[in-house]
Amino acid sequence: MFGGNLVWFVFWGYQLFIVLAATGYLLGATQSKEYAEPEWYVDIWLTIVWVAYLIVFLGTIIKRKERHIYVANWFFLAFIITVAMLHIVNNLAVPVSIWGSKSVQLFSGVQDAMTQWWYGHNAVGFFLTAGFLGMMYYFVPKQANRPVYSYKLSIVHFWALIFLYIWAGPHHLHYTALPDWASTLGMVFSVILWMPSWAGMMNGLMTLNGAWDKIRTDPIIRFLVASLAFYGMATFEGPMMSIRAVNSLSHYTDWTVGHVHSGALGWNGMIIFAMIYFLTPRLWNRGSMYSTSAMNWHFWLAMIGIVLYASSMWVSGIMEGLMWREVDDQGFLVNSFADTVSAKFPMYVVRGLGGVLYLAGAGIMCWNMWMTIRGYARVTQPISAVTPPAIDTPAPATPAE
Amino acid sequence: METYTLLREFADSWFLIAMFTFFIGTWIFAFGPSLTPARDEAASIPLRDDTAKCAETCENCAPKTDVKKGAHHG
Repeated sequence: MFGGNLVWFVFWGYQLFIVLAATGYLLGATQSKEYAEPEWYVDIWLTIVWVAYLIVFLGTIIKRKERHIYVANWFFLAFIITVAMLHIVNNLAVPVSIWGSKSVQLFSGVQDAMTQWWYGHNAVGFFLTAGFLGMMYYFVPKQANRPVYSYKLSIVHFWALIFLYIWAGPHHLHYTALPDWASTLGMVFSVILWMPSWAGMMNGLMTLNGAWDKIRTDPIIRFLVASLAFYGMATFEGPMMSIRAVNSLSHYTDWTVGHVHSGALGWNGMIIFAMIYFLTPRLWNRGSMYSTSAMNWHFWLAMIGIVLYASSMWVSGIMEGLMWREVDDQGFLVNSFADTVSAKFPMYVVRGLGGVLYLAGAGIMCWNMWMTIRGYARVTQPISAVTPPAIDTPAPATPAE
Repeated sequence: METYTLLREFADSWFLIAMFTFFIGTWIFAFGPSLTPARDEAASIPLRDDTAKCAETCENCAPKTDVKKGAHHG
């Protein structure tokens, strides 16, 4: 690793950025841009930290001993550079005063909206997709103990994703002041983007070719497979929702919320859990995680949680969309906004339950990590000792339980 | 000429060609038969240098069991 103490600066600097961003939310300092709420002083700090991150990463790549740069590192480099570019352009603003948090955006009107969604969509595309694909291309082969299914496909996947993603932003602005050609362009690129996304998913899944039994026996593989499955679902759902006709039903409803959460909790969350379970025993030099059954509990709690969460949001979102567009024979709207809110109540209960299950799974993971780091090892009985064979052998003298 | 028109003309012609050429280049790079050994080597990078530290009886790796205090169930 290149950079020495710069690495610590990146870590603590980023923590400080999160604290500054959070205080901005509480104190009402916002520039009213989705995913880019923090005001100019926080933005400048993040830029400094992010450039330090780039220096650490590039320095490490440059002084590498391997001849090739593994595909995971390409994704990481694309993630770091693109996020820097997006962040700087979307946050071009002039502070009203250096003593106040308020600033004025450089762009205005539809240009500002387009810049915001160019940023917003690619923040998802490069932070939560490219960055996490980098993790996928390392942890899936590592845990399956076999090289990635197709390195050719990974190269095509990388360049196609990078070339296509950047154009998809305008699909957030259907039926707005944005010219139709621009939102059609965004829609078309979003649909094309489905292909590289599924190429990446298949590349990850097929890496397990010949080791499918590990889904049954290895909880980490199960987390990774679930993660890839959610990646596949979210990257099918996204292009579909970007189509103008579908978007007229889904936009501003809970369907979008469900889509984002199946991506964030399913794809990003599950791969993070797999990574934590992979790294914890290695970092603290333990043989394995403390409890495999706790990992299984976590997996199923998270799965059921996401399914409840996403399906309730689909139902709620489509209902909301249909209620908003319903008109009577005179052409008047049938439902008020408050009608849709009260109709959504049962779905919100299910959503809340799903979230609680997901959180409970993460709680179990924290406990499991704690026990692993403390160095406990579970004493498990072989099955033969718990259930003695039917023939005439005496039961073990000291049952463990 | 207006800056927008100038940039627009450039984006619609030369830069479009340049980007498309680069993109086709990545496919050639990806499928080039002469690069197969390089690709195989790159694909094996994560699986290399994995010393099995816990293969031998190693003090550091052995998990601390608290069997003496009674088996710890979890």
